[in-house]
Amino acid sequence: MTALLEVRDIEKSFGGVQAVCGVSFDVHEGEILGVIGPNGSGKSTLFNCILGQLVPDRGTVRVNGRNVTALRPSRLNRLGVSRTFQLLQVFPELTVRENLILAGQEHRGSRLTRLFGARDAGLGSEADRMLDFFRLRRLEGEKAGSLSYGQQKLLDAAMAFMSGSRLVLLDEPAGGVNLTMLADLRERLEAINRETGVTFVVIEHNMEFVMALCTRLIVLAEGRIIAEGAPADVRRDPAVIEAYLGH
Amino acid sequence: MSARNSLLIGLALLVLLALAPVDLNDIGVPYPGLRRYGTYILTLWLVTAIAAMGVNLIVGYAGQETLAQAAFVGIGAYLTAIVTKAGVPFGVAFAASGLLTFVIGIALGFPALRVQKHYLAFVTLAFSVLCWLVFRNEQWITGGVMGIRDIERPSFLGWPLRNHIRFYWFVLGITSIMTFVLWWIVRSPWGRAFTALRENPLRAESLGVDVRLYTLLAFALGSAYGGMAGSLYAPLVEFIDPSPFALGPSLLFMLMVVIGGSGTFLGPFVGAGIAVLLPEWLRAWETWYLLIYAVLVMVMMAFFPSGIVGLATRLLARKARS
Repeated sequence: MTALLEVRDIEKSFGGVQAVCGVSFDVHEGEILGVIGPNGSGKSTLFNCILGQLVPDRGTVRVNGRNVTALRPSRLNRLGVSRTFQLLQVFPELTVRENLILAGQEHRGSRLTRLFGARDAGLGSEADRMLDFFRLRRLEGEKAGSLSYGQQKLLDAAMAFMSGSRLVLLDEPAGGVNLTMLADLRERLEAINRETGVTFVVIEHNMEFVMALCTRLIVLAEGRIIAEGAPADVRRDPAVIEAYLGH
Repeated sequence: MSARNSLLIGLALLVLLALAPVDLNDIGVPYPGLRRYGTYILTLWLVTAIAAMGVNLIVGYAGQETLAQAAFVGIGAYLTAIVTKAGVPFGVAFAASGLLTFVIGIALGFPALRVQKHYLAFVTLAFSVLCWLVFRNEQWITGGVMGIRDIERPSFLGWPLRNHIRFYWFVLGITSIMTFVLWWIVRSPWGRAFTALRENPLRAESLGVDVRLYTLLAFALGSAYGGMAGSLYAPLVEFIDPSPFALGPSLLFMLMVVIGGSGTFLGPFVGAGIAVLLPEWLRAWETWYLLIYAVLVMVMMAFFPSGIVGLATRLLARKARS
């Protein structure tokens, strides 16, 4: 079976520091893959290489068999790959609803129809669905910048699904989110995966969150994969314990 | 504000502005209408507002920098003056001014794909100086410091616009159309993409927004507004020389947008109003006028960085809440 995402021998250095060294893995349709590792293990660099934000020194990235290495993020997004960022990335001056519509509008019609057509680019009902699904309905008219951190995280995640992407990469979705909101977020992500079959790759430090959410984990340390498998197995792996706890 | 209300308010303002130079005493309203100079100042305000709308699109909505708007106004003004004197109809000159500045705007937008903020401002500043040098030194085509005189006002559908009130109405009509076009753009998904560009280009790109294309579009459209304003400026003043297209006026355009309210739709009109009308009101203070103007700008920047429209919006929102 062809993997939805194929990452092969990715390498990336910054000066003399090798951030990612020959990382390869596949992600299959409908999977929720977690990428974990201590600080500085190369997770975010790997993410940025996959998503075209950084050009890898070596290696290839394929989506549905198509080589997308170093493809611009906007073009990658139009091929059905979305992402969220480690630090919050909503548009504070736009309302919650406008943030959602913006997240999907470039996938609707042509540039000219976006100029002369409906203001919501025909995404009104899709935005409604997301507002309800992520329980943001009562905030739809609020400026995104006025939302709490947890609410902005929910909005950030909701935006990743507005374009109908089949593969979503989440960079520390649980970071800074309170426990109640965290359970909410995890439950929403699981529901989307279950109901629509969207595939996730998740970078996360919160072990409880990632162990509960992901179906498979890969563990990075010093830019290399040191373990891979089901969450329960990875948790017991001596190499992982050593990487996290040190000698 | 809903689209319908915005349009209704716009239409009401349009009617009031259209009546500004008309003597209404004949129909029983005790209003003598603006005199020739007042009508000229109002026309200049409209032309300035068109160019400021372009700066607002580039700076206020798309978050880029430009110190070259006066240069684009100059390109439009010189092109119109030169070709209309050669017998080309004004309509063609107006369209050509818009098209040429649109294309040059795209070229000027390319540096914005590589550099940002003050570095980008310096690039546009260099372009502004380059244009001014061409206007001043290429005497064979621009007339150099002696400029181009006797630029005729056009006719519109066989209706001569020599009369100052007729020309004012003509400029008001074009300003209304250009205001509507910009209003449509900023309310469309394009406007949302421009805002995304200003607020977070990295995130916008990851959502499929072609940041390069929208950056170039913002520069091209904003510059074209400058070029078309210049095309109206030449027949308004009937004589052009390089001085109104130097770096100083470009800074003034930026200032108008900031004072009026960067990224607000009415900001350029308010800013242009202050830049064009305030010197007239403060004329009585003679040399003190520049000092008063400078202090006003500093107070605005220090206490109301969102500009006059931003301040008014805040006050109205507070009043609505209480």
